[in-house]
Amino acid sequence: MDRRTFLKAGASAGVLAGIRPAPARAQGESVLRLAMTLSDIPQTTGMATQGAEGIRFITNTIYDGLLRWDLSQGETTAEMVPSLAESYEVDESGTVWTFRLRPGVVFHDGAPFTADDVVWNLEKLANRDAPQFDQAQANQAGNFLANIASYEKLDDLTVAITTTTPDSMFFYKVDRIGMSSRAHWEALGGDWAAFAAQPSGTGPFQLVDLVPRERAELVKNAAYWDPNRVPKVDRLVLYAMPDPTTRVAALLSGQVDWVEAPPPDTIPRIEQSGAQIVMNVYPHVWPFWLSFDEGSPFLDIDVRRAANLAIDREGIAQFLGGVARPAKGLVAETSPWFGSPTFDVRYDPEEARRLMAQAGYGPDNPCRIKLLTSQAGSGQMQPMPMSEICQENLNAVGFAVEVEVVDWEALRARRRARADGAENEGTFGLNNSWSFQDPDFGFMSAFMSNRAPPDGNNWGLYSDEKADELGRAAQMAFDPAERDAAIARLHEYLVDQSVWITVVHDMNPRALAANVTGFVAPQNWYVDLTSVSVTG
Amino acid sequence: MLRFVLHRLAYAVPIIVGVSLVCFLLVHVAPGDPASALIPDDTPPEIAAQIRAAYGFDRPLPIQYLTWLGNVATGDLGLALSTRRPVIEEVLPAVANTLRLAAGAIVLACVAGVVLGTLAAYRAGRTSDRAISAIGISGMSVPQYWLGIVLVIVFSVELGLLPATGMGHPDAGLAGQWQHMILPTITLATVPAGVIARSVRSAVSEVLQQEYVQALEAKGLPAAWIVLHVAKNAAPALLAIMGLQFANLLGGSILVETIFAWPGSGYLLNSAIFLRDLPLMQGTVLVLALFFVLANLAVDLLQMALDPRMNSARRGSG
Repeated sequence: MDRRTFLKAGASAGVLAGIRPAPARAQGESVLRLAMTLSDIPQTTGMATQGAEGIRFITNTIYDGLLRWDLSQGETTAEMVPSLAESYEVDESGTVWTFRLRPGVVFHDGAPFTADDVVWNLEKLANRDAPQFDQAQANQAGNFLANIASYEKLDDLTVAITTTTPDSMFFYKVDRIGMSSRAHWEALGGDWAAFAAQPSGTGPFQLVDLVPRERAELVKNAAYWDPNRVPKVDRLVLYAMPDPTTRVAALLSGQVDWVEAPPPDTIPRIEQSGAQIVMNVYPHVWPFWLSFDEGSPFLDIDVRRAANLAIDREGIAQFLGGVARPAKGLVAETSPWFGSPTFDVRYDPEEARRLMAQAGYGPDNPCRIKLLTSQAGSGQMQPMPMSEICQENLNAVGFAVEVEVVDWEALRARRRARADGAENEGTFGLNNSWSFQDPDFGFMSAFMSNRAPPDGNNWGLYSDEKADELGRAAQMAFDPAERDAAIARLHEYLVDQSVWITVVHDMNPRALAANVTGFVAPQNWYVDLTSVSVTG
Repeated sequence: MLRFVLHRLAYAVPIIVGVSLVCFLLVHVAPGDPASALIPDDTPPEIAAQIRAAYGFDRPLPIQYLTWLGNVATGDLGLALSTRRPVIEEVLPAVANTLRLAAGAIVLACVAGVVLGTLAAYRAGRTSDRAISAIGISGMSVPQYWLGIVLVIVFSVELGLLPATGMGHPDAGLAGQWQHMILPTITLATVPAGVIARSVRSAVSEVLQQEYVQALEAKGLPAAWIVLHVAKNAAPALLAIMGLQFANLLGGSILVETIFAWPGSGYLLNSAIFLRDLPLMQGTVLVLALFFVLANLAVDLLQMALDPRMNSARRGSG
């Protein structure tokens, strides 16, 4: 079967199932053409592939989760708000989460959204014996599923999900689970491949055309259940365009209206053309993870603090053309999880030299370390020159740094191999940019002593009773304000302990044509495209 | 003839198997996990193990390879890990897109190369010969990545004459779509044009030294007729060069296709490598190797048709 036949089959099946066929572009409709950094269109069945960008542009446009991030403002870190669930609560045991669903929501194919659909969608991810089980979607739900013991429909508009252990952070993963239409899947003969070509969710956009590795065309769902989020544009065209220069050229030549991640050195030219550069800090940090394995000089807090004081973050941000903000901690100061660390992360080479001398190092006896970085990678910004600047800064205060550059996949493999792995012998720092959007992923998996790989991401084998205690307290804090405060206490402690060398927060620049209006850059990995207009 | 074709196709089988084996081994020798395209960072180990088992990555490498080879023998190239679409449905449209670009580029390269090379040969030693040789060497040496970007900056960004990326929307019709081909075709044609120009110059110069050419001139044959004789005698060697260049264009266009977001086989292979999509990578390499063999076979057949001496030599040796 060739691609056209495949898509035609999908389209025909879509007609049968009540989804209208791909309409040709109408005269006068407003179209937002957006160039992604991806080399292919992410999976469209409900659980998008290709990381945050897949969720940003496919899950969050075609689908809704039970909850979603409020991306309507950029002043403070985005918060989780109700979506397909109007409200939710957790019982006293901290394990039973009850979601009350929004009445009157319908899928793109016209089928009503009910509790049965929630259970059916969880079965497609978790129950290998269910006819709708889909390995490809289940792959994307690993951490969400790990802590689920059971789920059940309580009534047509109420669902309960039970976790195996109390976890106040469970709800942070709920937004990634896009609810697909059971009725539509059944109408397509239970074929996920056909569903991928003509998907049906409840989201503000509906996919009408998909050309693998090239583009996805979506039209607005005029009947979207939230009148405040009915898209302003009639059509959204997502292009797969992995080369950054190509994306910028496409914007400057008027082929697209929006490009993700323009290279910093192209920003002046983009601005000169009249296009806008929009950016904001978000829960991302570009750090060096530190090794706490036996023999690591970073077991000494003086050395860790000296390393943090050695880095000229302003200089690095300037080198990056202003698309980064100096990091004062793991999360930005605008985050409710920042707290009030007592250790001031700043550029102070004099104090760094003093601390190094106190730790027994000096010009004649430098602290020899090897740091690992990659030549590129997701969220890695410009790892090689940035690492070189850090190397120079560290050498200036008493370190003798060797930087080892490896392929991005190789770096991730070295992370999974832990600091005490044979391949990491002599490596005391790992440059792996990190997300703190989901606090379980950001904090717990990276810093709790029981989360060393393969049970988590604690590469450096950081093990600290107080940090563990603060982490447990945060996991048991079910009141939102208390939870934020508990995470802030943990963050303060981690910053005071200088557990990583925190360097900068990415500002996630985007270039928008002059006629694109209404976009708000939130402090989040995702964006809301429903507020965007294209004029003229 | 049929026997020759079948013989050559039979030779292609070990070549293709060898290529796929090398590709398979390279992926597994490289650091990292072939299942990483499937498994997000936060996947717990037990679920990651289930996923690896579901895709067969927990089995010994020879078994994995032989299973894949067995499936290929039945025409099944498997499913792409990153998209879950059948590999064959991914590869064939991409190869068709690349063929479209490669065909345009080879025609352009041949026309430019033959015209410039022939002119240089006829004006050997003169300034125009040296100028053409310099152009040829520049064509061969210019980095395509750089040239592509420069063309885009000049013709798309500054002058706004041609689209910068993609194949164009189907609604734009053929006229809208062919504009998208111009810049990538020119970019892709520069290297083969340079190689062909230099080869044509050398081959035509050699033929021009032959005694029969001098005899034709002495007989007073018009220059245009002499060129035809020269072209016919120089053609077999040039055809081999052109065939090789065409085959190179099929597999060697990764950078050009990436710059222009042209969804061809080079772009597909690039994406498969970055996503560590093993079935897609192997399927693409396999299909490209097959096209490479077929392109060379077509060139051999054309050469035999143009030069009967090769046919008799083959019979003599066979």
